[in-house]
Amino acid sequence: MTDDPVISFRNVVQDFKRDDGGIVRALDNLTFDIGRHEFVAVLGPSGCGKSTLLRLLAGLVFPTAGSVEIFGLKVTEPRDEIGIVFQKPTLLPWFNVLDNVTFPMRHKYGRVTQTEKDRARELLDLVELGQFTGAGIDQLSGGMQQRVAIARALLLDPDILLMDEPFSALDALTREEMSFELLRIWTEKPKTVLFITHSIPEAVLLADRIIVMSPRPGAVREILDVRVPRPRSLASLSDPNFNDLANHIRASLFSRRAA
Amino acid sequence: MTLQTTSAPASSAAAPPEVTIPAKPAPARLPALLNRFAPLLAFVGLLILWEGGCRLFKVPAFLLPPPSAIISGAQEIAWPLWLGHAWATIRVALMGYIVAVIVSIPLAIALSSSKLLSRTLYPIIVVVHSMPIVAVAPIIVVTLGASDLPRVVITFLITFFPIVVTTTAGLLATPEELVELSRSLRASRFREIVHIRLPFALPYIFSALKIATTLSVVGAVVAEFVAAEKGLGYMIMFSTSFFKINHSFASLAILVVVSLTFFQTMVLLQKWLAPWSLPRSER
Repeated sequence: MTDDPVISFRNVVQDFKRDDGGIVRALDNLTFDIGRHEFVAVLGPSGCGKSTLLRLLAGLVFPTAGSVEIFGLKVTEPRDEIGIVFQKPTLLPWFNVLDNVTFPMRHKYGRVTQTEKDRARELLDLVELGQFTGAGIDQLSGGMQQRVAIARALLLDPDILLMDEPFSALDALTREEMSFELLRIWTEKPKTVLFITHSIPEAVLLADRIIVMSPRPGAVREILDVRVPRPRSLASLSDPNFNDLANHIRASLFSRRAA
Repeated sequence: MTLQTTSAPASSAAAPPEVTIPAKPAPARLPALLNRFAPLLAFVGLLILWEGGCRLFKVPAFLLPPPSAIISGAQEIAWPLWLGHAWATIRVALMGYIVAVIVSIPLAIALSSSKLLSRTLYPIIVVVHSMPIVAVAPIIVVTLGASDLPRVVITFLITFFPIVVTTTAGLLATPEELVELSRSLRASRFREIVHIRLPFALPYIFSALKIATTLSVVGAVVAEFVAAEKGLGYMIMFSTSFFKINHSFASLAILVVVSLTFFQTMVLLQKWLAPWSLPRSER
């Protein structure tokens, strides 16, 4: 294994045309690297272009200037190395749990092989839904649906997992539980993760590094190493480093408003 | 949810959660019965009121016949004859309906797929729909001659619009994330429509198909008013001109039954083909 970055943003600028013809700058001069199997959280207020950053990586939008690279190759179209988990589970209500997990295979190649079905079952075991393979989507709670969405994102065994505020639609208790679940899944299936969130504790608990962004236009304010030892657990929440870092980020995010 | 629930056996997991309110201990019998039969009672009550009113105020039967006179009037005509009239109307309604579905759904896919097509075709569709069908019907009959063709066209014209508009809305209501998922997988546009957009539009499509059932019967009747020698609409025109109002009412009653049956068929079809598109209480 080399130390070449898996993901690199080089002076990325993203402008959007407004309906009235004006131009809005969503992202301004973003530069950072993400290494193999690194868990990076992107933290920032709404409107700082966090989701745009994710869509750039997914090859769904392309930068106005600068470049986005995966494994040293410029992203020019959606790539197989990517799995995405969205804010909402966005499952297909006419399929059961298993068919939802195998959907990317069906959708991309038109058929699902037995190998993929077995793999989907393994993934459902991994997200602790092994006994719900035949269940309908509407029989699952919000947290369970998001687990299905995580299993679906892992089906094609991507190197990179993009997560767009995946737990923000869940209630507080489920959200905390899902954070620990994600850590466990990530330990069992190491991936390079880009995790977008607006929750400071969530970012600190999960990530190796945190990219703190400032809004309008979205720019990197600072990139912080999280020095809370792994494996992380409930005890990590009372680690002094945890609180120091959380407080530092809070101060950093609110500094402009206070000044 | 908690992790513990995941250890529950799959069978109990597959069982739908309880949606009905737990029954109260010893519910009162009469209110429960009343609750169940209220719609039927109201309907029968209305018929009795109608019958009683006609007799009490001695309303002439050629103005408003009581239900009893409608039933006896209906029996003056042999049932194969009724069946023939009913079938003539049903056939036109069905043909118009099927043509409308076959044209409207691909049209909706086209409208939802391309802004240019949408901008070009949508105004034309609106203009066509804005023409009062009763006003256009005689013109269509002159143009297309006296056959089933003009009748089917008239039925089509009144039926297709809600299907196009509602299906288009449904196709555009797909969650944006799923479209992004599709694009991130580099799936074809065709699969995006077939795997994601069309199924997601099914609740919309079925609403449209249900509305269209009754409209297709309206279309068939309007067409018969203009030019026909058979059909329930024709029967109404024919019998009113001879003051056989009880025959008109009998035709009307059969039309209502046809419409309701047609509607109910679509309701059942939705339950059968896409139960997930219905709220749990209606499955």
